[in-house]
Amino acid sequence: MRILYFAHFREKVNIAEEDIGIPDGVIDVKTLIDWLINRNIGFANAFSDLEHVRVAVNQEHVELNMPLKMDDEVAFFPPMTGG
Amino acid sequence: MTVRVQKQNFDAGYEIRRLSDGGANIGGVCSFIGLVRDSNTDGFIKAMTLEHYPGMTEKQLGEIDVEANRRWQLDDSLIIHRYGRLIPGDQIVLVITASAHRKDAFESCEFLVDWLKTKAPFWKNEETGKGKKWVQAKKSDDIAAGRWQK
Repeated sequence: MRILYFAHFREKVNIAEEDIGIPDGVIDVKTLIDWLINRNIGFANAFSDLEHVRVAVNQEHVELNMPLKMDDEVAFFPPMTGG
Repeated sequence: MTVRVQKQNFDAGYEIRRLSDGGANIGGVCSFIGLVRDSNTDGFIKAMTLEHYPGMTEKQLGEIDVEANRRWQLDDSLIIHRYGRLIPGDQIVLVITASAHRKDAFESCEFLVDWLKTKAPFWKNEETGKGKKWVQAKKSDDIAAGRWQK
């Protein structure tokens, strides 16, 4: 799957996008976050407060219990501030 | 119904004329322009950079435009949202709605502005004398958008 990071998420994890296979144990957005947090301190910091994590799967807003598939595009970003 | 996400500036007068010329049934046109302000609670703002999620931005703006057309009788509508680095006084966003009746034009215009703030994936980064900082989302924006929930 493809993972995109925006705004302060991109700065904290230090990558804008990456392609990964679905890791063992990852079934939905929440378990993907759990897996990402274990990578390094940058990821742990980015996801330290789940209240401020917004997620899109295939460019639609979703909740943390959204199931994930191999060909999904997952994006992580803070609450939006457009307009 | 048109949605444009662009770096360049826009001419609201031209866009309003273009929409108004669309049909003799249009009785009223309502517009909103969002601008970059020169100060926040931390002080003076030198510039603001708007980042967005290409693809999802257009998709989300398109969806709220469809929703506005479902809720109100609109003859036409336009959303232009800019991204990139802007300075105080620059235009950020333009929303125009055209309808046979003013109530539909007013309400749908306000709805579009409220909803794009909480649905469209844009993030503002402000440059002040103290450096760069991501703008925090405001609770009042969620409350404003929540008014239209149904």
